Amino acid sequence: MSDITAPIAALSEALRARRLSSVELTQGLLDRIAKIDPALNAFITVDRERALSDANAADTAIAAGNAGPLVGIPIAHKDILVTAGMRTTCGSRMLANYTSPFDAHVVAGLRRAGTVLVGKTNMDEFAMGSSSETSHYGPVKNPWDLRCVPGGSSGGSAAAVAARLVPGGTGTDTGGSIRQPAALSGICGLKPTYGVCSRYGLVAFASSLDQAGPFAQTAQDLALLLNAMAGHDPRDSTSLDRPAEDYTRTLREGRGAKPLAGLRIGLPREFFGDGIDADTAKAVDEALAEFRRLGGTTIELTLPNVKLSVPVYYVIAPAEASSNLSRFDGVRYGHRAAKYDDLTDMYRKSRAEGFGAEVKRRILVGTSVLSHGYYDAYYLKAQQVRNLIAGDFRRAYQSCDVIMGPTAPTTAFQIGAKTDDPVEMYLNDIFTVAANLTGAPALSIPCGFDRSGLPIGLQLQGDYFAEARMLDVAHRFQQATDWHKRIPAVAAP
Amino acid sequence: MPISLADVHRIAHLARIEIDAGQAEEVRAKLDAIFGLINQLAAVDTTGVRPMAHAQDVMLPLRADSVTETDCRDLYQSVAPAVEDGLFLVPKVLE
Repeated sequence: MSDITAPIAALSEALRARRLSSVELTQGLLDRIAKIDPALNAFITVDRERALSDANAADTAIAAGNAGPLVGIPIAHKDILVTAGMRTTCGSRMLANYTSPFDAHVVAGLRRAGTVLVGKTNMDEFAMGSSSETSHYGPVKNPWDLRCVPGGSSGGSAAAVAARLVPGGTGTDTGGSIRQPAALSGICGLKPTYGVCSRYGLVAFASSLDQAGPFAQTAQDLALLLNAMAGHDPRDSTSLDRPAEDYTRTLREGRGAKPLAGLRIGLPREFFGDGIDADTAKAVDEALAEFRRLGGTTIELTLPNVKLSVPVYYVIAPAEASSNLSRFDGVRYGHRAAKYDDLTDMYRKSRAEGFGAEVKRRILVGTSVLSHGYYDAYYLKAQQVRNLIAGDFRRAYQSCDVIMGPTAPTTAFQIGAKTDDPVEMYLNDIFTVAANLTGAPALSIPCGFDRSGLPIGLQLQGDYFAEARMLDVAHRFQQATDWHKRIPAVAAP
Repeated sequence: MPISLADVHRIAHLARIEIDAGQAEEVRAKLDAIFGLINQLAAVDTTGVRPMAHAQDVMLPLRADSVTETDCRDLYQSVAPAVEDGLFLVPKVLE
């Protein structure tokens, strides 16, 4: 039997060559989940019966001989994407008993592509966090060191892929929630251009920033997953109607020893300054040297307003969250307090009981910045500064094709280390939030390890709709290096 | 301007979130730290800068005025906590 912990592309080949059946693969991964996940807490829901039934159907399709590359591949969805017939909790007590009657657009896309849905992954409550510690279902542990966080908010999917419990999964990224956990867990994660993946069925956090995207072991696998997730959807008014792309289209081209000849890599001064862990800085420098060996040239540049990304984000995201989360009122959805005096008391108690501390904090910040008399000073001001930040990137892409730097300033931190200091927690997203504010694509790939053996991520950012080029750049790096092949001890055979 | 306990109670009322007296000081201190972070924006000169409402400069699409939804009442009611005679049962929201 083939190696069930291989990347999607290899599993796909094994399935189609009939060296492995989807049922064998799915059963094998379900066994790994049963054995390894109790230590990680990456999953909130695992549905063995449904997974094996999906796998059976996939094996029939493969036997019929016209199966696409994702047919029979087991995946897991972040528990913020609704799945018909499978509970969606959003990591919250508020939705502990919520089952959607329909699938999110990206869930349906991956289902149509033939993937096998194994379960739903743990996350920061309502995707608000950078460590996957705020979940009502307990914190997720980092497979590289169980005392550490896997990053967040999509930490369950990241840990599941890192521990080789599934070869791919989904996340959502509002301020770095795919890229930062990918970096801290030693895997690949992509946030597409805003509007490439429909937000239909993604439980809304900050609607102008939220975007779904894939996690996998390799850039090539990200491209395969994105092919099934992208596409126009009239049910999301911000979903973009543009011709379908094959994000794998350039990956098989042979280009000799300098496959990235002509690539101009921008290095913003702001991403290489103080506050970056020395091991992270060194690993990123070595990765840049590899990109130069592959034919790229590096150009120093400056993004003078990018330092304002975190303050802008912590106005816009809470403002939009306070509005989106007003739907959780105890009347229509989710948790309702058992005892209350009157209507206002029912709202107040249902929301106090249903939401955790970080979600409440962000609702309060958002409510405050949108309250009477404060709109101009906060929300309007933040949207103006957001435009200044976007302008920095517009100028940068006149002289470079991609921008690189560390995904996060440090490697994974210990569980509990930052839970008492929200501002310190927020500063984890210092390199990732700008891409959400501008709406441009960004991805993270593994590029080394620190002295404690914790993985380090390299972030690639690109201009709008540059996903295929960025995935190609990441793929060429992975052809020449093996950081993405390292496996944590907890996942070793 | 520092966040006061009165601010916490005012905002919590607007957000319809109950905060008991024992938690109020901790909530105040953390909100104060967060406002310390976001108040950095006040120093930025944004004279004449257009606010960016959206990542893509696109018009919201309009669709044809035609019926596209099919009747899904039974499906939607299958996940509701309480229904009766085809109606959703909710607490009284008009007083």
